[in-house]
Amino acid sequence: MKLVTAIIKPFKLDEVREALSGMGVQGITVTEVKGFGRQKGHTELYRGAEYVVDFLPKVKIEAAIDDSLVDRVIEAIEGAARTGKIGDGKIFVYDLEQVVRIRTGETGKEAL
Amino acid sequence: MKKLLISLALGFGILTAGPLALAQTAAPAAVTSTAEAKAPEAAPAAPAAAVAAPAPAAAASGAAAPAAAPVLVPNKGDTAWMMVSTLLVILMTVPGLALFYGGLVRSKNMLSVLMQVMVTFSMIVVLWFIYGYSLAFTEGNQFIGGFDRLFMKGIWDNAAGTFANAATFSKGVVIPEIVFAAFQATFAGITCTLIVGSFAERIKFSAVLMFMVLWFTFSYAPMAHMVWFWAGPDAYTSKEVVDKVNATAGMMWQWGALDFAGGTVVHINAAVAGLVGAFFIGKRIGYGKEAMAPHSLTLTMVGAALLWVGWFGFNAGSALEANGFAALAFINTFGATAAAVLTWSIGESLHKGKASMLGAASGAVAGLVAITPAAGNVGIGGALIIGLISGFAGLWGVTGLKKMLGADDSLDVFGVHGVCGILGALLTGVFASPSLGGPSAMGDWVTATMMTPAEYSISAQVWIQAKAVGVTVLWSGIVSAIAYFIVDKTIGLRVSEEDEREGLDITSHGETAYSR
Repeated sequence: MKLVTAIIKPFKLDEVREALSGMGVQGITVTEVKGFGRQKGHTELYRGAEYVVDFLPKVKIEAAIDDSLVDRVIEAIEGAARTGKIGDGKIFVYDLEQVVRIRTGETGKEAL
Repeated sequence: MKKLLISLALGFGILTAGPLALAQTAAPAAVTSTAEAKAPEAAPAAPAAAVAAPAPAAAASGAAAPAAAPVLVPNKGDTAWMMVSTLLVILMTVPGLALFYGGLVRSKNMLSVLMQVMVTFSMIVVLWFIYGYSLAFTEGNQFIGGFDRLFMKGIWDNAAGTFANAATFSKGVVIPEIVFAAFQATFAGITCTLIVGSFAERIKFSAVLMFMVLWFTFSYAPMAHMVWFWAGPDAYTSKEVVDKVNATAGMMWQWGALDFAGGTVVHINAAVAGLVGAFFIGKRIGYGKEAMAPHSLTLTMVGAALLWVGWFGFNAGSALEANGFAALAFINTFGATAAAVLTWSIGESLHKGKASMLGAASGAVAGLVAITPAAGNVGIGGALIIGLISGFAGLWGVTGLKKMLGADDSLDVFGVHGVCGILGALLTGVFASPSLGGPSAMGDWVTATMMTPAEYSISAQVWIQAKAVGVTVLWSGIVSAIAYFIVDKTIGLRVSEEDEREGLDITSHGETAYSR
């Protein structure tokens, strides 16, 4: 099992969600985060005080999926989240040791 | 144990003070029928030709046989207007100023600013009704009044059911003195709360309150007395009494300084106190390095809008009547502010490329401050020009000047209120001139005639204005410095570093403004 984490531009969230449910990924977790890579920040000005803000708002999506689906999931997220401009984000894949469905107690692949 | 003793002492103090306050010994009979000698700014009176009541025994100083004197009755329209103006100025402070300032600080300090504004205002109003009003608006010497109205005694006669009157700027026209006192209470309150902006985000709550008591007593009350206290138009019955009556007035009133609603008394006074405080208390931790951006410019804008609306009461109410001069002050408050919003925005746009919401809100305040001494003293064109200039001046005050001064005046109290207050005070001398569309200044209170265009000298008036500004700066500066020093040496001005880092809301007030 793998945990696929993707950092994407916030307005791409709906598209990515649809792409994932279209291929059978039923559940995801979404967090609002901020960060930067190569995309530049912006300057804010309050009266005489100038602030350079490096951090940009992003959205993090996490989905626990079966090994067999990993490549297709990555492709789906990539396709939906890409704009072609700097700041599109990154996808990380972690090895997932254990998954438990709290309601029923199921573990492993049945819990995905 | 210490807290218990302090509470007991406070309670005992209130118990003894209470009966004193209630001891409204019957007011001298003369009081109710004579126009009491209270009135603010040396602003031109209404075309007094129409109002020139045969100046009877309405002389405020110790009237003789009141039976012969015509009883002056307050006009209901004037009274209603003044009550509304009082409400408008309260609105300016709570919630206006509270939100304006609150939105500018970080969210961890929001409640501390709201508290400092609301509690300071409340405390000053109470003190005003105990002794402040008496010190400011009764006869004493040219610097300070006396104790004739301690605990507001004599302001109404509860046994007889009669109410003392306060003079306006028109002969024979009065308003209930209670209304005048209440109106002025709001001025005292808002002046003190203005200072809060300079030392926001790092000052101890108790230090704020202790400082305010000292500053209110030794800077606000004397300044109000010096600029605004005089015997009222009805005391000027004939040429022979003029010098004697003039001598009873405050020092700067006697100079002929023009300050319609408080450029010196309110804005410069508070601004200097703020700046001195900023120097005394030191910069916020992380100033210049960490982000200290406003947490809610939305609320700041709401506050600024409430300030603008309320300021109509502040300025136009300072006419003390619902007459043409109130209308002039009203429209000037409208035009100058709008002009300043434009020029601040233009200035920002030219300088930094973008016009900001904070800039527009600050521009509004800058215009309002600048027009405050000028409101009923200049023509409509003059007001627009004052507004236009103040937008640029305020912008410089919070950028260039701020850098030069080097203090962390957190919410730019001096940059806006100090710079634009001084600017407005000086320009009042210019645009009051009849040759520039202004109403001129009073030439003769006996006949209630304004100075003719030939008599009015812009340079002479501007010089008087400059002296008044100078006195204000010095007086406020010195009193503030002493007051901060005393507070710092007794209870300390600043919170600890950990408390400042964590935020004053939780450490000083045990609350958070916004749940996580």
